[in-house]
Amino acid sequence: MNDTIKRALDSDLWYSFKRHPLVITAAILSLICIFGALLAPIIAPHNPFDLKTLNLLDAFTPPAWTENGKLTYVLGTDDQGRDVLSTIMYGSRVSLLVGICAVALSMVIGITLGLISGYMGGAVDAFIMRVADIQLSFPAILIALLIDGVARVIIGKDGHDQVAIYVLIFAIAASGWVQYARTVRGSTLVERNKEYVQAARVIGRKPLIIMFSHVLPNVMGPVLVLATLHVGSAIITEATLSFLGVGVPPTQPSLGTLIRIGNDFLFSGEWWITVFPGLMLIVLVLSINIIGDWLRDALNPKLR
Amino acid sequence: MSNVLLEVRDVAREFDVSKPWLNRVIERQPRTILKAVDGVSFTINRGETLSLVGESGCGKSTIARVVCGLYAPSRGSVIFDGVDMAKASTSEQQQLRKRFQMIFQDPYASLNPRWRVGRIIAEPIVAHGLMSDQNEIRKKVDQLLLQVGLSPQDQEKFPHEFSGGQRQRISIARALSSNPEFLVCDEPTSALDVSVQAQILNLMKDLQREFGLTYLFISHNLAVVSHISTRVGVMYLGRLVEIADTKRIFQQPLHPYTQMLQSAIPDLKMTGKQRTPVAGEVPNPLNPPSGCTFHPRCPHANDRCKAEAPKMIEHPLGGAVACHAVEEKRIVPIKLAA
Repeated sequence: MNDTIKRALDSDLWYSFKRHPLVITAAILSLICIFGALLAPIIAPHNPFDLKTLNLLDAFTPPAWTENGKLTYVLGTDDQGRDVLSTIMYGSRVSLLVGICAVALSMVIGITLGLISGYMGGAVDAFIMRVADIQLSFPAILIALLIDGVARVIIGKDGHDQVAIYVLIFAIAASGWVQYARTVRGSTLVERNKEYVQAARVIGRKPLIIMFSHVLPNVMGPVLVLATLHVGSAIITEATLSFLGVGVPPTQPSLGTLIRIGNDFLFSGEWWITVFPGLMLIVLVLSINIIGDWLRDALNPKLR
Repeated sequence: MSNVLLEVRDVAREFDVSKPWLNRVIERQPRTILKAVDGVSFTINRGETLSLVGESGCGKSTIARVVCGLYAPSRGSVIFDGVDMAKASTSEQQQLRKRFQMIFQDPYASLNPRWRVGRIIAEPIVAHGLMSDQNEIRKKVDQLLLQVGLSPQDQEKFPHEFSGGQRQRISIARALSSNPEFLVCDEPTSALDVSVQAQILNLMKDLQREFGLTYLFISHNLAVVSHISTRVGVMYLGRLVEIADTKRIFQQPLHPYTQMLQSAIPDLKMTGKQRTPVAGEVPNPLNPPSGCTFHPRCPHANDRCKAEAPKMIEHPLGGAVACHAVEEKRIVPIKLAA
């Protein structure tokens, strides 16, 4: 029976998908980005982190189609002679990993707390929401800096580089859960008074089951949209943190780090070092957002 | 085994509708308590249908919810088949829950919009662990769908693919899936149009006959009530004012409020009969009138009615009435044509 449900769902989604050319474009673009990132070690033309293959004489090569461009470096090279296309592919690995994991973690925390808060009400609700308010009164960057600082003290400098990505994911997730908790709580307050929730209570279902199998599917719409937008902003937060020196170590630069490195050379005319990672970021975030928007409509049975 | 399935004994339910604490302190106001139900007692025998009627806000739905355990009573007790619900242990409550179900008013809100019909109907079966085999559950749901006049293929559909009447049928199928003995129906037909109302009522009557179900039926529609009930309780402002067999209530209403409600039923024959119009509005339940809460609207009210709340007293014609005027024989029973 599970299989038939899955198949039916697939076909409904597929039907809607086929009718939206913009979504198809966005899906293809984000698939290219994701596959480019996943398969970077196999398909990237160069390995920008293998110091043996780097040649400082190739530094600041402009893109291939310009006057001094070389065909081996399609999008040019940076100040150390690293191929920009390859660094982008490796960089988006880190960015996507941090972005998606941070969003997933803050979704889990936020949705759980939001559901409990909205469904239980009373003192539990008041407590969780005051914690959320306090959390919101600190800028996200500050919280991330704080978490990173604490992690550094506990783990020590050497160990820190290895766990930097996890600390970063946790730091971004810790500042992002509030949005989910608030959105989910708001929708839960509406849903919990609906008769289908009361019906489940009369049937004798336990509060946790009602929360997760009745209320949750009905509050996921806004969460899904929020999550896609959040992937973009998480990637940007990650870039900001990397810029401040608390992000991923410079040996594994992310898209944000690449933009920052390139930014130093923007005014001396080497625009490609920062523009291409920037374009990559825009394309990635924009296509994910378009897909999220379409999913919201397509998954809503009332709009089908 | 006694014949009484459900006993509601002196149940009251209050709601705190006070303003927030800070406002109360600044405006120096006490807490505001709304007495939605104030001391209602009745019993329901096995296999019968007791209807509760009354105007909006008289507490009928609150009683339904207290009986189902959605609200805890502020006072009094609900006794189901000899077991006091409030005192029952958790496992006993689980056992009892299997035996009663509820049908809700709004068929558009009472089905989870993201669940397929098959899963909705099977929920009580799964919740109580009555069956574990998927095929067995599927067969049971097929059978339930046929019983309520839908087709087994409808299992795969979502609730929004159905009309109001069909959704109410799905609600009924869900309520029946744990083989309950007792159904609480909270205005199950008031959101439906008239032709569909009749279909649903007839379905409910058929199912009652087939499974020996007992109904507590909440409605404001007297025509519906006369069609389905064995006994009728009339409520006014959180209290029961009259309870009797359907025939007695409709042919010889005693309480002045029941008489008013009777006169308000539209009559296609235009017999030109004398009508007592329903005068006035329901008073604010936050500040109910003293004595008999009906006295500001009652043509028979005297000083005693303003001071003293009447008690339910058995009447020789059958049933019980809470009215000083009836007790003092100031009201002569009027005989209405059937």
